Amino acid sequence: MKRYFLDIFQSIWTVLQGMKITGLHLFTRSCTLQYPSVKWELPERSRMRLFNKIEDCIGCGQCVRACPVDCIYMTTERRAKEDPPIFAADGTPIKLRVTQFDIDMSLCCYCNLCTYPCPTHCLVMTPEYEFAVQAKQDFLYRFAKDEPQAPPKPAASPRPAGAR
Amino acid sequence: MEYLREVLTQQVAGYDQLPEVLQIFLPMLLACLLCLGLVALVPLVAIWGERKVSAHMQDRLGPMRVGGWHGWAQTIADGVKLLLKEDIIPAQADRLLFKLAPLVVFAGGFAAFVVLPFGERFIVSDLNIGVLYIAAISSLGVVGIIMAGWASNNKYALFGGMRAAAQIVSYEIPTVLAILTVVIPVGSLSMQEIVRAQSGSVFNWFIFQPVTFLAFWVVYLGTLAEVNRTPFDIPEAESELVAGYHTEYSGMRFAFFFLAEYANMFLVSALATTLFLGGWHGPGFLPGPVWFILKAVALVFVQMWLRWTLPRLRVDQLMHVSWKVLLPISFLLVLAAGTLALMQEGAP
Repeated sequence: MKRYFLDIFQSIWTVLQGMKITGLHLFTRSCTLQYPSVKWELPERSRMRLFNKIEDCIGCGQCVRACPVDCIYMTTERRAKEDPPIFAADGTPIKLRVTQFDIDMSLCCYCNLCTYPCPTHCLVMTPEYEFAVQAKQDFLYRFAKDEPQAPPKPAASPRPAGAR
Repeated sequence: MEYLREVLTQQVAGYDQLPEVLQIFLPMLLACLLCLGLVALVPLVAIWGERKVSAHMQDRLGPMRVGGWHGWAQTIADGVKLLLKEDIIPAQADRLLFKLAPLVVFAGGFAAFVVLPFGERFIVSDLNIGVLYIAAISSLGVVGIIMAGWASNNKYALFGGMRAAAQIVSYEIPTVLAILTVVIPVGSLSMQEIVRAQSGSVFNWFIFQPVTFLAFWVVYLGTLAEVNRTPFDIPEAESELVAGYHTEYSGMRFAFFFLAEYANMFLVSALATTLFLGGWHGPGFLPGPVWFILKAVALVFVQMWLRWTLPRLRVDQLMHVSWKVLLPISFLLVLAAGTLALMQEGAP
């Protein structure tokens, strides 16, 4: 008999305790960010869309070799001897002309491995994360200067697909 | 309704020249439309409120977009969407019962609004058996629920319907017994008489008197179980029964079940307000109907609060609470209320 009333009392008491917790949460600030109108400020070094500052690129191709998913396509040609010498921002002479520098962001796995070997630090990851597109081809970002607007997608990747 | 007729006679020129039938019929129609509007409006607000309450209890915001201000039009948008949905009836279902069930469930809740005393004269019909009428007509809903469960020809729906029947019938008994503890001192089943018995100061409300204070909690728990709200929502336990008795329902028929659930929530809260919280009585700075609706909405809020606090009871726990806890307590309360009434009258 004592147990019976103790149970009733305890059930009421525990319900009240639970209600206290939910009641307190009712008045705490909600953590929702209303996305399209309020945006999350990403940290400066977050790994989102890749960007290549083509003026500083010396066309060494180390990023292409570093990429584990082969999503960077680069072709270069030697600049003529009599052309005026040009230099990257850190003083490295640019001897190759980058005719194609494409990054397929739909393949990119955001590992950041391509940016480490870059000798002139021209290939960086930006905090830009809103780059959804309607068509898959639009994920191909073309950074080379005088590249035609829509060239055929280069099939020639530096390594055959799947090779490690 | 008599009040409505008086108002019409005074305000509308030439109303008393209308044929006698129209003079009686028009106020009835008007009262019905008002009730229907209320039954449609209350769930709209309550569903939005529920989503807001649940969201904020989980540190979310809930609907914020539709309609501009805090997503107030979300329920309207959902209702329109449900209206536009395809009307699906399962191939093996009992078509007639399947179509009838949502209407029965909804009509049960709707009909009970007739005796709710919103104010001193704001009552569609002050039946002299108002409390009994509410208890009877709101039990009609369980018939609709079993109909829905049976007609769907789906094992989960049938389980849900059977569970609902067991639960609602079980909880009806302690609830009605606890309501009797109010009826005994008042000596009337009329809703307005019960409210008038609580006039005067706030401490005349039945919730502030020892026996009826306990009865209030019995009624509150019992009605919570009757409207199938968490923690007593085993008829529609989604983790066990998909959606219980309305598993096979979609579109507007589902909306009817949904509407009925929220209308019933308001209904039982309004009933508890009438019986224990003094109905439309309150400090004079607000009119009676506003007080009535405020008190009822506060009780609806507590129902939501409980829903987002407690997990669902097991079937055996549910039956335990009803038959072994609430029922003995309500019997004792009726006994106590009868004894008190006898003592006040003086020993025979």
